[in-house]
Amino acid sequence: MKPEPIWFRPPPPPSRPPAAPARPAAPPVEVSIDGQRATVPGGATILDACRARGVDVPTLCFLPTLTPVNVCRVCVVEVIGSRALVPACSRRVEPGMAIQTESERVRVSRRMVLELLASSVDLSTAPGLHDMMARYGARPERYGRPAAPAAAGERDRREPGHHEAPVGERAETVAQPVKIDNDLYMRDYSKCVLCYKCVEACGVDAQNTFAIAVAGRGFDARISTEADVPLPDSACVYCGNCIGVCPTGALMFKREHDMRAAGTWDESKQRTTDTICPYCGVGCTLSLHVQDNRIVKVTSPADVSITSGHLCIKGRFGFTFVEPPGKDSD
Amino acid sequence: MLPALHAVQARTGWVSQGALNYISRRLTVPPAELWGVVTFYHLLSTTPRPPIVAHVCDDIACRLRGGEELCESLERLMGAPGAHGDNGRATSWMRSPCLGQCERAPAALLTVAGERPRTITLAPVENGVASIVDLLRDPPDTSDTRLGAHAPDDRRRLVSRSVPQVGQAGLRLLGRIGRVDPTSLEAYRASDGYRALARAVEIGPAAVIAEVVASKLLGRGGAAFPTGRKWDAVAKAEARPHYLVCNADESEPGTFKDRLLMEEDPFALVEGMTVAGYATGCERGYLYLRGEYPLAAERMAGAIAAARAAGLLGADVMGGGFTFDIEIRRGAGAYICGEETALFNSIEGKRGEPRNKPPFPVEVGLFGRPTVVNNVETLVNVPALLREGGAAYGGVGTEGSTGPKLFCVSGEVARPGLYEAPFGITLRQLLDLAGAAPVRAVLLGGAAGVFVGPADLDVPLTFEGTRAIGATLGSGVIMVFGESVDMLDIVRRIAEFFRDESCGQCVPCRVGTVRQEELLARLRARRPLGSDAEEMALLKDLGQVMRDASICGLGQTASSAVESAIFRLSIAGRRA
Ligand SMILES: Cc1cc2nc3c(=O)[nH]c(=O)nc-3n(C[C@H](O)[C@H](O)[C@H](O)COP(=O)(O)O)c2cc1C
Ligand code: SF4
Ligand code: SF4
Ligand code: SF4
Ligand code: FES
Ligand code: FES
Repeated sequence: MKPEPIWFRPPPPPSRPPAAPARPAAPPVEVSIDGQRATVPGGATILDACRARGVDVPTLCFLPTLTPVNVCRVCVVEVIGSRALVPACSRRVEPGMAIQTESERVRVSRRMVLELLASSVDLSTAPGLHDMMARYGARPERYGRPAAPAAAGERDRREPGHHEAPVGERAETVAQPVKIDNDLYMRDYSKCVLCYKCVEACGVDAQNTFAIAVAGRGFDARISTEADVPLPDSACVYCGNCIGVCPTGALMFKREHDMRAAGTWDESKQRTTDTICPYCGVGCTLSLHVQDNRIVKVTSPADVSITSGHLCIKGRFGFTFVEPPGKDSD
Repeated sequence: MLPALHAVQARTGWVSQGALNYISRRLTVPPAELWGVVTFYHLLSTTPRPPIVAHVCDDIACRLRGGEELCESLERLMGAPGAHGDNGRATSWMRSPCLGQCERAPAALLTVAGERPRTITLAPVENGVASIVDLLRDPPDTSDTRLGAHAPDDRRRLVSRSVPQVGQAGLRLLGRIGRVDPTSLEAYRASDGYRALARAVEIGPAAVIAEVVASKLLGRGGAAFPTGRKWDAVAKAEARPHYLVCNADESEPGTFKDRLLMEEDPFALVEGMTVAGYATGCERGYLYLRGEYPLAAERMAGAIAAARAAGLLGADVMGGGFTFDIEIRRGAGAYICGEETALFNSIEGKRGEPRNKPPFPVEVGLFGRPTVVNNVETLVNVPALLREGGAAYGGVGTEGSTGPKLFCVSGEVARPGLYEAPFGITLRQLLDLAGAAPVRAVLLGGAAGVFVGPADLDVPLTFEGTRAIGATLGSGVIMVFGESVDMLDIVRRIAEFFRDESCGQCVPCRVGTVRQEELLARLRARRPLGSDAEEMALLKDLGQVMRDASICGLGQTASSAVESAIFRLSIAGRRA
């Protein structure tokens, strides 16, 4: 029999976005969480296991849609027998693991991580963190009054290695002027906790544009375009996916930033309406945040499989056409 | 990627935007990522630098021997450190962490960019400070032979300065040093060289691993992990290819053993790597060599080329039917790249940020493959161990720490240098060998180690013995501080080191090292925030979060020496 050329039989169109073939599930694992026995799917992380049982573990640099980078360390838990604490967001369960999520060691580390962050970063637009700090009794004022902010671009020019010895009475911070170099969004790295989420969203986890990366070393590490060029000169395509994942408001719609500066930003007056992006056939879900009959920002739900929360420039920023001409004062 | 960046830096003295664009296109790396990499290493500069830069060590061992006076003299001579050529001179200088020359302190490293780029270590035999200042006084002619290698007949004298035991009988690791020409393969073969590899090929990979297991050899890079277990895990790993990495990034302040081994007995490391590659099924070994070690790089490159030419590397090594070759990768100034997973990232052309473990390198290592990573000294033990037999070798030293150990003795002793002794020698015996006057404190294990006081001198130098007194052997650093040292200044420099060398990835270490340094500055200035007790509580809290919640060993040990000095030696109370 003559084999039929394969191109006569195109595969049926997928009804869902294609996914990797399912791997055989690892056998379930017996662990104990805060003294309670639990059976957890093999391959799950400690965080998965805790959340499935309603045990609250705080996170900052973790998002289900991004590869865990486990850098913030607020999610650390104690695994009996392990020398150091382990990050719940990325550590996978192992048979017999005894996990303590609120032991004294865990609480000290979480409190200290939050203190260290709050003493060096402006967390004013990261409300979730304030509850967390209250919960663990973080006292960032222990490190002294904050040092003067860096001049524009100064932190971006710092070289790795030797630095000026500190005086010690003022706590060094990442404070610096806001970067506003385009009409769509601004970057206030005084608020950056260096969670790497924006870099991941710009890279292989979503956008594959690689416009931004972490540069510098140690406390001088920062998010940067190549050679710190302004965004319009970089590879950035303004998809805004970095804004969508930023947990602290360091990356913010220009419109939100301006409204906050003018004192008109009021989340209690905002309504969110979900719709489908009108631009192309992909059909991304858009959540329009509306205040006083005006769209103030656009996001997408992270649990929608089409977008996983990510959009492109059109869906994210291309909404001004719905506004009456002349009203756009930005 | 690092080789390309090194090439540009060596030729022009800095890495320009144009060069970065070119590298980015040629290697198809996104420009922002490349920027992230080039700004990670302190030997690479993204702003113009004069062709000659003196990297002057102001770290703790040099500090005891005039390092700070050297910096002051240079400041008078050339202006502020780090001047980017705006002083109109061809030379500038900058401060550097430990250069791994502590036995010859004070030391500086000169990088000469240009047609004939060179990197030259300055560690004069006499009048350290004055001689270095003299050499740098006139913008030196880059062809000046004074800046080059030492006169040949000086060699022996120089070697015996660094290795006081030269010529002594019964040395297993230092036996060839100063006696056998490090540049000659024939000389190496004539002194037991390559007998171990011949034996390995005869008995086969599994038996080699059995010998290493029997010797109970523990890694000498600081973590003291059983080498046999590591090799066995990689040999049995199914994923292919397997990689071997020799960690020669030696940057722990006070450590210089790997440098001397590579400079004076390079073939022993080549042989050790070849045996390791054979036993664990690796066809390729990487030697990740510290960027600040020019002579070691030259000797190792020479030894690898000679071995390759003689059929001792490459396809069908020694007619044993296996392939193994070694590639040198030079670091570019980052202590953290000595951490094994950061080292992998560095070789892969990424920022030298450690990875979270597990998975461990034996499963997912370099390029995601099973990888053996061993320290230089560990691998140099291997040929000796195979010649003597694993069990016999395991009989040397103590039950928990077997074999010979190298100790890097520096600071205030009459004869600083590299000493070999079986595990179990006491600290006091070692200090007697090196000629120490009454000591105020001894730093064991380097910046990541622990200070001990005069009461602890009878501790046996073994992994278990030091652990029993709450100290560590680390990489074998023994740094001696006399009665008159300003210990708070030393501790402050250690805190500064960690702040400078943190990769910046995780919060406890990135911010904790800054806060720790600020706290020590306050203690030194006697201006505590709140009460002294509050400052001590803060120091303990910082230590705990760094130890418990940091990703890697750098953060986990960043408070160890500091806390031991403050709480064990009570130096803050003494207010020197
Ligand atoms: C911050 C840091 C720096 C390190 N630097 C070195 C180094 O310079 N050389 C080294 O051999 N090991 C170094 N290590 C230890 C390595 O991670 C690794 O344990 C070692 O290379 C394994 O080799 P071994 O088993 O032969 O000791 C370092 C570890 C840390 C956490
Ligand atoms: S807007 Fe999109 S392309 Fe631009 S930096 Fe953010 S994620 Fe990258
Ligand atoms: S800008 Fe936002 S998303 Fe990016 S690292 Fe900083 S805090 Fe995280
Ligand atoms: S502990 Fe320090 S060096 Fe290690 S990963 Fe964290 S920030 Fe980097
Ligand atoms: S959430 Fe786990 S380390 Fe940040
Ligand atoms: S070379 Fe200066 S301290 Fe080691």
